[in-house]
Amino acid sequence: MKVVMIFSPGEIASASILLLMVFALLAGLLGRSQGVLIVFFSLVATLASALTTAAGVMTVWRGTSEQFVLLIGLPDLPFHLRLDPLAGFFLTVIGLLSVFVSIYSAGYLKGFAGQRPVTRLVVFYCLFLAGMFMVVLADDALFFLISWEVMAAASYFLVMFEDERAENRRAALLYLVVAHVGAIAILLSFGVMAGLATGFESFSGYTFDAMRQATFPVAGATAAFLLAFFGFAAKAGMVPLHVWLPEAHPVAPSNISALMSGVMLKTAIYGIIRITFDLLRVFPWWWGAIVLFLGIVSAVMGILYAVMEKDLKRLLAYSSVENIGIILVGIGLSMVFSSFKLPVLAALAMTAALYHVLNHAMFKGLLFMGAGAVLHATHERNMEHMGGLIHRMPWTAALFLVGCVSISALPPFNGFVSEWLLFQAFLLSPSLPSPLMKLFMPLAAALLALTAALAAATFVKAFGVSFLGQWRGQRQHTVHEADWSMRSGMILAAAACLFLGVFPTVLIDWMDIVPEQLVGGRLSMSATASGWLWLTPVASERASYSGILVFIAAIVVYGLVYIVLHVKPGRIHRGPVWDCGFERLTSRMQYNATSFAMPLRRVFGFVVNIKESVTLVPQSAHAAFPKRLQYHLRIRDHVWNVLYTPIAGASFWLARKVGRLQQGRIQSYLIYSFLTILVLLFLTVL
Amino acid sequence: MMLGRLVTELLQVALLVGAAPLFVGWVRMLKCWTQGRTSASLLQPYRDLAKLFSKDVVLAENASWIFRFTPYLVFGTTIIAGAVVPMLTINLPLAPIADVIVLVGLFAIARFFTALAGMDIGTAFGGMGSSREMMVASLAEPAMLMAIFTVSLANKSTSLSHIAEVMYSGQSLLKPSLAFAFIAFILITLAETGRIPVDNPSTHLELTMLHEAMVLEYSGRHLALIEWAGMMKLFLFMALGSALFFPWGIAISDGPLEIAGAGIIILAKLAASGIVLVVIETGLAKMRLFRLTEFLGSAFLMATLGMLSFFILE
Repeated sequence: MKVVMIFSPGEIASASILLLMVFALLAGLLGRSQGVLIVFFSLVATLASALTTAAGVMTVWRGTSEQFVLLIGLPDLPFHLRLDPLAGFFLTVIGLLSVFVSIYSAGYLKGFAGQRPVTRLVVFYCLFLAGMFMVVLADDALFFLISWEVMAAASYFLVMFEDERAENRRAALLYLVVAHVGAIAILLSFGVMAGLATGFESFSGYTFDAMRQATFPVAGATAAFLLAFFGFAAKAGMVPLHVWLPEAHPVAPSNISALMSGVMLKTAIYGIIRITFDLLRVFPWWWGAIVLFLGIVSAVMGILYAVMEKDLKRLLAYSSVENIGIILVGIGLSMVFSSFKLPVLAALAMTAALYHVLNHAMFKGLLFMGAGAVLHATHERNMEHMGGLIHRMPWTAALFLVGCVSISALPPFNGFVSEWLLFQAFLLSPSLPSPLMKLFMPLAAALLALTAALAAATFVKAFGVSFLGQWRGQRQHTVHEADWSMRSGMILAAAACLFLGVFPTVLIDWMDIVPEQLVGGRLSMSATASGWLWLTPVASERASYSGILVFIAAIVVYGLVYIVLHVKPGRIHRGPVWDCGFERLTSRMQYNATSFAMPLRRVFGFVVNIKESVTLVPQSAHAAFPKRLQYHLRIRDHVWNVLYTPIAGASFWLARKVGRLQQGRIQSYLIYSFLTILVLLFLTVL
Repeated sequence: MMLGRLVTELLQVALLVGAAPLFVGWVRMLKCWTQGRTSASLLQPYRDLAKLFSKDVVLAENASWIFRFTPYLVFGTTIIAGAVVPMLTINLPLAPIADVIVLVGLFAIARFFTALAGMDIGTAFGGMGSSREMMVASLAEPAMLMAIFTVSLANKSTSLSHIAEVMYSGQSLLKPSLAFAFIAFILITLAETGRIPVDNPSTHLELTMLHEAMVLEYSGRHLALIEWAGMMKLFLFMALGSALFFPWGIAISDGPLEIAGAGIIILAKLAASGIVLVVIETGLAKMRLFRLTEFLGSAFLMATLGMLSFFILE
């Protein structure tokens, strides 16, 4: 604690970034003994993340801002860093999950022992963490983009870790392309803002401070916002820019998937909040409406794809699309309220969004870690080949269940709190003056409710098919429980889920400074007015919730019922499963992932591209008694055919046309140069 | 004072736990009469429960702790839900721990675990029940939320006590949004409590079961708890409808006489709602599973219309 007092949060955060980078450089030296490397790596990454978390927590708690100017950078363009409460909040989110995942990694990486060296993974893991921390700390466009690229490139190599499979290489390439298309848009957005801030002749507008002080014309600000939103949304995996996400996240090693889904997507959310609320500051309401609309579309489409998925990690990836959608709904709502000068409501929606950022990091991290433990034990991602894992992996099953309950927004766990806050924000929307928004709000709330219900169906399926029932695959004897380091990572994340669900008032008190600085409204006056037990976002007669009392009541009531029924000990007989007298029940007769989703596929199939076919393989003698039935099901994104295939076709077509310029004759190239000079001269004369 | 209110709270929970089988007995009795059959006694559900409690439990070999934990969770969660719905008085001391959204969440968590328990043994019936139940829930739950959002908007609160209080004072009478919300609420009650036309509580036919398929493997005290919780859920939905739309008769102060009166009135209201339920159930046939989409879709539509009409008209 003493150390913490001596150094400022900014210094601690910078030190941990340096620690990660130095370790990334030195990791190669340890490469010979992989066991030592993994242990050292886990220690260093855990320490650095814990320090960063402490820095973030302190910054938000004190509500202070620190700025640094680094001596390195381009000539005349030094790097600027700033740690304010918003950055502090995101540092906390990223740091906290990184602590859990780094502990988990020690056990998970051992699974690669004897198969392949993990040095590359360790190096890029450290760079990836450092990149994410730097993105949040950056206070000028240049350093932001450099950090953004460090993060993107490092994660590209992490996705590529098992690069002998063509599927992984393809996914990583797709990820890289989308990340860079997004990065170009972000770069252009910064260009527009810097230019409008100090004129297009000088570079002095590249610091965020200069942008904060500028007043932007509406058209310019709109261009900057739309570019930035496009760029960040591509990284966040918003529909229709999400196609890379279900490809790239599942093929990465599971600790990396946890970080990518849990926190990397959040850096994009950070970018949207930073640019909209901090740099541009003033915005018309329809920007918020766009964010809200696309958020709703992402949430609904994401969960519909998730519920139909049979690959456990792809299911989780699609569910990230859904959760990013929910976060965007909160941000969009906050923008709408803020543009109509309703600061308290804007703060409520922003708190809901930020709380969901933290919650999603925790439970999605936990679920990916759990999926990693399953993958580690069964070498299987396809749920159709799992089943009954709760008997072989009791710890993983219980912890995965906590994640499922949390993400399905069930009280008293954390997902419920943010969803509850968001619904409260929706219920306060009648105070909006715009009739158009009033018309849209009920529909948005309806779709959000639909999303929550579908999420529960998705995670009943995910847990039920993989952990319950009977084993469906081969090689059951090799299935084993996760080791202690993996378990402790998951236990910590599960504890965080419960804590965030049971003590929301503590968290809201702590993070209240962030929405206050962004939208000028506070929640803590009213949210915790009735004491720390009660969460009352607006007023106690308007709505109240007490996670801790629900939790205590649950324990007390379950305990009482159990005791009352066990006063006289009843007998329990174990017997074989009742088989209707058929006597040959096999594990293939269970409901599996595909059949579980069948009713929902039929109800919501019209929004998804489904190809389903049943073919009979006839027996030679009797055509009426087929030998077997073959069932094929293929589910694809409509977006692929509608959006990406035409764009890919058009760019190939354009490339061929441009390719004609390239003839390989020096004369024609000289003519091109000559013509270019002529045109330029002509332009300067004008 | 606080003690008196706690006693009221306990009385309310006791009323829920104690009177739920009676209500189910009443509904079954009415149903028999409308179908021209002679009925069992009003107290038959109690006897059924007593019989189940006295039997041993038979568990499948591969049942996990989830299967054994679920009955307690479902029963306990329903009791907690019963502690927050105003039945006797609007001054429930435990009401602030959960508003109406939390109430939906409590029902959701019970359903989540029941669906998991259905998949735990690994038989086709259990999985089928879980899959269908989650499909119905994924349509019914948003409709339920929209219906109560409409009521919350009209009464400017999501707290159940406060809604009941405002409705009681008659400030929200004759709002068109409430009419839509009420129709939606009736449709959802049929779906959530597993009544005809959505589900048939007295069927064990393979292709028509929803809820029964999930709990097919239960026996002994586990089955008793699940059955009892189901009865309490039916009772609760009727009480919830009364609190949201017709709270008149509920006690607004803590006088013992008033609370006793409120107890009699709520039982009278339930008896009347039982008649409505039986009329609906007798008049309709069970729908095919995929026709339910239309049924629940119209509930969803009604609720959304209610909310729209609130935003536009009120």
